[in-house]
Amino acid sequence: MNSDFGFTDTEFMICLAARLLEDRKTVFVGWGIPQVVALLAERLYTPHLIQVFEFGAIGPRSLTPFVRGTMGGASNVYRSLQWTTMNWAFSYAATGYLDYGMIGALQVDPYGNVNSTLLGGTYERPQRRFPGSGGGNEVASLCWKTIVVLKHEPRRFVERLDFMTSPGYLTGPGAREGAGLPRRTGPFRVVTSQALFGFEEESKRMILLGALGGRSVHQVIDGMGFEPIITQKVEMLDPPTPEELAILREEIDPARIIIGRPSG
Amino acid sequence: MKVLASGASLFHWIHPDDFRDWVRIHKSREPGEKLMTEHEAVSCFVEDGDYVAYDFSSLTRGPQALVREIIRQHKRNLWICAEFTLHETTLLVGAGCADRIDVGFLGYGNYIGRAVVEGRVQVFEWTNGALAFRMLAGARGVPFMPTRSLLGTDTFLRSGAKVVEDPFTGDSVCLVPALNPDVFLVHVHQADVYGNARIFGTNLFALEGAMAAKKVIVSAEEIIDSLEFRKDPAKTTIPHFLVSAVVHLPFGAYPGGVPGRYELDLEHIQRLNAIETEEHVQGYLEPFVYNVRDHAEFMQQEVGSNRLADVTRRALIKEGYQ
Repeated sequence: MNSDFGFTDTEFMICLAARLLEDRKTVFVGWGIPQVVALLAERLYTPHLIQVFEFGAIGPRSLTPFVRGTMGGASNVYRSLQWTTMNWAFSYAATGYLDYGMIGALQVDPYGNVNSTLLGGTYERPQRRFPGSGGGNEVASLCWKTIVVLKHEPRRFVERLDFMTSPGYLTGPGAREGAGLPRRTGPFRVVTSQALFGFEEESKRMILLGALGGRSVHQVIDGMGFEPIITQKVEMLDPPTPEELAILREEIDPARIIIGRPSG
Repeated sequence: MKVLASGASLFHWIHPDDFRDWVRIHKSREPGEKLMTEHEAVSCFVEDGDYVAYDFSSLTRGPQALVREIIRQHKRNLWICAEFTLHETTLLVGAGCADRIDVGFLGYGNYIGRAVVEGRVQVFEWTNGALAFRMLAGARGVPFMPTRSLLGTDTFLRSGAKVVEDPFTGDSVCLVPALNPDVFLVHVHQADVYGNARIFGTNLFALEGAMAAKKVIVSAEEIIDSLEFRKDPAKTTIPHFLVSAVVHLPFGAYPGGVPGRYELDLEHIQRLNAIETEEHVQGYLEPFVYNVRDHAEFMQQEVGSNRLADVTRRALIKEGYQ
């Protein structure tokens, strides 16, 4: 939808998510778009960010261009601080060393719970079956602040998930702790191709914090299957900067396999 | 310990004492020569109905030549541990070899998703972490491992995990049952004829899998002298007494890569990504699996030396891999 403005939906999501990360912190990086977000953040905003990957690469200085599909290839794990195994990678999250976690999603609900398993039908006979958790459940359970990245579409923002793969705030305040998840963890931001959401402290429900410049609050909510809480002053989000786009298009993904091409 | 909730799923499990008995009887401590062909290794150590796990991924140091040999031998009713994997489940289900999958990450593309929708394969819901913790429990000789993931989700309800009241904190904690696979496949950089093996770079659970499995097939890029292991023991990933068979399979991870040795072959991988129908999957298996005698013939006839030289040339990063 953004492509008339000279950038793609995916490029906007990647740039917005990259601006959220903090330097000199740690982030557990999920498969696909989060890998590209972490690369852009490292190149532009957070050079000392320690990226952690589930297959055991800790703190790589990944080379570009980004190779899609593979996580463990030599260029993805170049000059890491440590090479270890999956058990230890998740243990860093379980012991509280990982500040951020970033994952994609098929669907998200008002409490930030995530579906990446199936759509429609029953569990045994879904209408469509997808890969499932991967490491997403551990990331969403164990990192301090989880960032969820997904396209802004009504079918993706639903009051009730078809399947809850990974935990957000479950059913509301206190539910994570009640279930046995580590305290003071949970979804922090939801990044979409049009907007930025957080979670209201009291209700733990999704709250609209910002909309891409040119989008009205009404347009943003129209693109969702439920109505979020709306903050008093909705921030206007900057489109991708020329510098962000240059790094994405020239260094990270010159074949435009992940980021796509704007039409027109 | 009070059980607060139980996942509904079946899971592969054996009592730790039964696994110890297996190790006592079947895993030889004697450093006998175990070098054999992939045909011999798979026919001796993979049986119909076995639970099969492997390390690492489809694109990085996966045991692809061994998986193709399993398909070539038409093994049946396998239960696959789909941890951090993309294409193996498509090929194994498409070939009629596997009918149960522990997910992890189910795999890439429309074929495998449709096989689930149509009920041709049964899936059991876990996570990459949960399967790794299960393998760790299997390798530690304990019946389960506690974890603070899975909790509160449908993933838990469709797994075989349990939530109990932790006797130390009084909080809810998730227990995942130990996983002791029948077969563990691992492709390594270097091995000797006895099964000592070295991996350079990261791995999912290479040591845990080799400890936890009843039968372990190591395939190696290179067979090296045993003395090399004793000269630099910190580099040993797997000692020989865990291993059942060693197979020398250069380019054994093809079309994936082995870090420091060769890069993945994206063009060939696109063929795998494109598999959507029965015709597609058979169209892949016939030339690349069924119509070749073994891995060496696949490499010579279907891949060719130019392509292998190309993937080798592209592996420019050597740091950390020797």
